[in-house]
Parts: sequence; C-alpha cells; structure tokens
Amino acid sequence: MAIDLHKYANPRRFLAITSAIYPWSLALTVILLAAGLYTGLFVAPPDYQQGETVRIMFVHVPAAWMGLMIYTFMAVASAVGLIWKHPVADLSAKAAAPIGACFTFLSLVTGSLWGEPMWGTWWVWDARLTSMLILLFLYLGYIALWQSFDDPSKASKAAAILALVGVINVPIIKFSVDWWNTLHQPASVATMSGPKIYSSILTPLLIMGLAYTAFFVTLLIIRVRAEILARRLRILQLSELQER
Amino acid sequence: MNEIATFFDMGGYAWYVWPSYAISAVVLVALVISSRRRLKLVERALESMEAKRPARPQRKAPAAHAEKEMS
Amino acid sequence: MTRKRRRLYMVLAGMCVLGIATALVLTSFRDSLVFFYSPTDLAAKPVAAGRNFRIGGLVKDGSVVKDGVIYHFSVTDLKNEVPVTYKGMLPDLFREGQGVVAEGHLNDSGTFVASNVLAKHDEKYMPPEVAAALKKSGEWRPEASN
Repeated sequence: MAIDLHKYANPRRFLAITSAIYPWSLALTVILLAAGLYTGLFVAPPDYQQGETVRIMFVHVPAAWMGLMIYTFMAVASAVGLIWKHPVADLSAKAAAPIGACFTFLSLVTGSLWGEPMWGTWWVWDARLTSMLILLFLYLGYIALWQSFDDPSKASKAAAILALVGVINVPIIKFSVDWWNTLHQPASVATMSGPKIYSSILTPLLIMGLAYTAFFVTLLIIRVRAEILARRLRILQLSELQER
Repeated sequence: MNEIATFFDMGGYAWYVWPSYAISAVVLVALVISSRRRLKLVERALESMEAKRPARPQRKAPAAHAEKEMS
Repeated sequence: MTRKRRRLYMVLAGMCVLGIATALVLTSFRDSLVFFYSPTDLAAKPVAAGRNFRIGGLVKDGSVVKDGVIYHFSVTDLKNEVPVTYKGMLPDLFREGQGVVAEGHLNDSGTFVASNVLAKHDEKYMPPEVAAALKKSGEWRPEASN
C-alpha cells in the first residue's frame, strides 16, 4: 500500500490544481474563440491576392501550430516520464495525443480546401505537406502503441520512445519550406524579420492561435483527469482480484 | 439582405471557406464530447467500485480521496 | 538518483544519435526531395527532352499570351527563364509576376510543355488597399519575396 500512496501523491495534487484552473481556461477558450471568429470573419479584410480564401488561414494555421506544439509537449512529457518516472507525465502525453491528431488532421483538410482554389490542387507531395502527413501517422502510431499493450507500464515506455523518435519531424516540418523547394510558401509569422502579414489579418490569426491553445489546455485537463481516474480504477480492480 | 448574401458567398469561394470552418467545428466538438463521455464513464465506475468497499483500514488518508466533480 | 541520471543520459544520447542520423539522411536526399527545379537549376543541369519534371519560378511580366486554348508564358527566376506552353485551366492565383510550378517535359526546341500548372503564392498577406498604397509609394518589391 505504501507504493500506492506514493503513486497517488502527485496525481492528487495535479487533480487539485487543474480543477482550480479548469473554469478559467474554459472561460478563456470561449472568449478567445468568439473574438477570433468575429475578427476573422467580420473584421479582417480580404487578401490582395487570395481574396476571401484568406479566412481559411484562421482555422488552418492555428491547427498546424497545435499539431506541432502538442507533439513537442508529448515528447517532453514522455522524456519526463521515461527519466523521472513521473506518473502524470506519461498519462499527460497519452491524453494529449488524440487532441494533437485531430488538429493535425484539421490542418491537412483545411489546407487541402485552401490549396484547391489557390494553388490549383488538393494535394502535392512537397516536403511541407508530406512531413505534416508523417506527423499525423506518428500520432496514430503513438495512439495505436498505447492500445497494443496490456501492461500500461510497457505501453508507456514504448509510446514514449516513439514520441521521442518522432519529435525529430517537428523541426523538419518547420524548416521544410526553407530547406527544399516546396509548393507551400515560406513561414509568414515566425520569421527572422518579423511577421509578413498585415496587422488586420495577423490579429485574428494570433487570437485563433491563443483560442486553440486555451482549448487544448481545457480539454487536456478533462482527458488527463480521465486517465488518472482510469488508472486508479485499474489498481482497485487488480487489488480486489488479489483479495479474493 | 444583400450584405448577408455577400458575406456567405465569400467572394465566390463559399465552397472552400465554409467547409473549412464546418469541419473544424465538427471535429473539435466531437473531441470534447468523447473526452467528457469517457471522464463521466470512468468517474461512475470508480464511484460504484468505492461504494462496494467502504471499509479500507490500511488506507492512511481516506478523507483526501474525494475530489470535486468536474462538469 | 544515479539510475535517474543514467536514464537521462541515455535519452539525451539517443536523441543526439537520432538527430545526427536524420541530418545525414536528409543531406544525402537533399536533391531527390526537390519538388521543382528553377530555370537556373535547369541551365546548370540540363534535363533530357521528354522526361517529366516540375519547373518553378515567377511568371515573367508581360510574357503571358493566350492563343485560343493554349497559353504561352515564361517562367523566370530573374537570372534565367524557360518558355512554357500549357493547354488547360489555370488556377485562380495564376498571374504575371506571381509564383508558379508547372509539371511537364521539355520538347526538342527547349520549350516546356506543361501538363499541369499550379500557382505558388508568397508568404505576404495584406488588404488590397495596403498593396495599392505600397505600389503607389514605390515601396513594392515583389522580387524580394523569392
């Protein structure tokens, strides 16, 4: 039982802290989403070249940012779980994966919907699009790996190694547009010489980016909580079996 | 009325702009619903599990066990 | 403490090896990962007529001629240029001075016969009024974008 208490100590503090944050992050998500959608759809002007299709950017670019950010978060959490055996770290990475997969999927689909009218194609196998598709497969592989082990401690170790190996793809995605000739244009926001987007179009983009981040935090709190409680349930079920 | 029609037309790109927003909304809402459903399911299972075995003499801190409901 | 430290070093060492291996692989594949060639690449390393590849650059100002259903234009990277012919629908973003990627092959006279034309846009986004004002004040430098 002493081992159990040690394992419970951190998750319990984690649950207490996150349930205090939860209402605030939920409120922030709602406010930022409303502000981002309003400025993006009603205030932002059309682009001088791309017209109204520039509004696809407000759901496409933040989704891609989240896909990269969440994978990086998972890699860091996996490293912490692997090295320091922190019980919440592995569960946080596991809980974040489906959120990251959804955002990556959305960035690919909205990018396709933007590429067809502007580029003249739904899809090309250039370095940016291909590396982003690989990111989606890394997410799916990570999720599948968790489900293919019966023993959660083995699953967490295997999944953590995949998360760490796959994180090499994150800088490749970021710099793919600089290293190779791609159909996708170079970076517009995070560049050495500052954003290449006029403020009236940049503002809704950044608000949507913050909204998606707040959304991620809110959903992560729910999902990590479910993971912690599921693990507690599993421990109780196992100890009940032993008592019989 | 005309203004509303212009807004929804998106300069002729309505079939690209609105599906982008629609699929984003559908996927993110589905993710929220499935995450909350799983949490509710686990919470309920844990409650019934702990209701079955109220006496736990070995346990050192039973009071701290109850967490606030999240919804 | 020592076991944790050992795990830390193992993870760090693993990441270093992985990073170096990936860098080596990417450097060796650098040429084959190219999505398109520029007119200058083509001048340096000629491609045999009839072989399929992609060529990318800017649509040269004043070079677009419409001949019935066939378009003639030049793709330039401001150093070299390649004449292109294309029969089909052009994307909405296709215009003179803008980025373009064409798929196809060279014919015997050195003209690129495109089977598909894609538009490539730059990383700048602005309202039409701002673009007009920049052009008016002479601050417009489209070649700086490529």
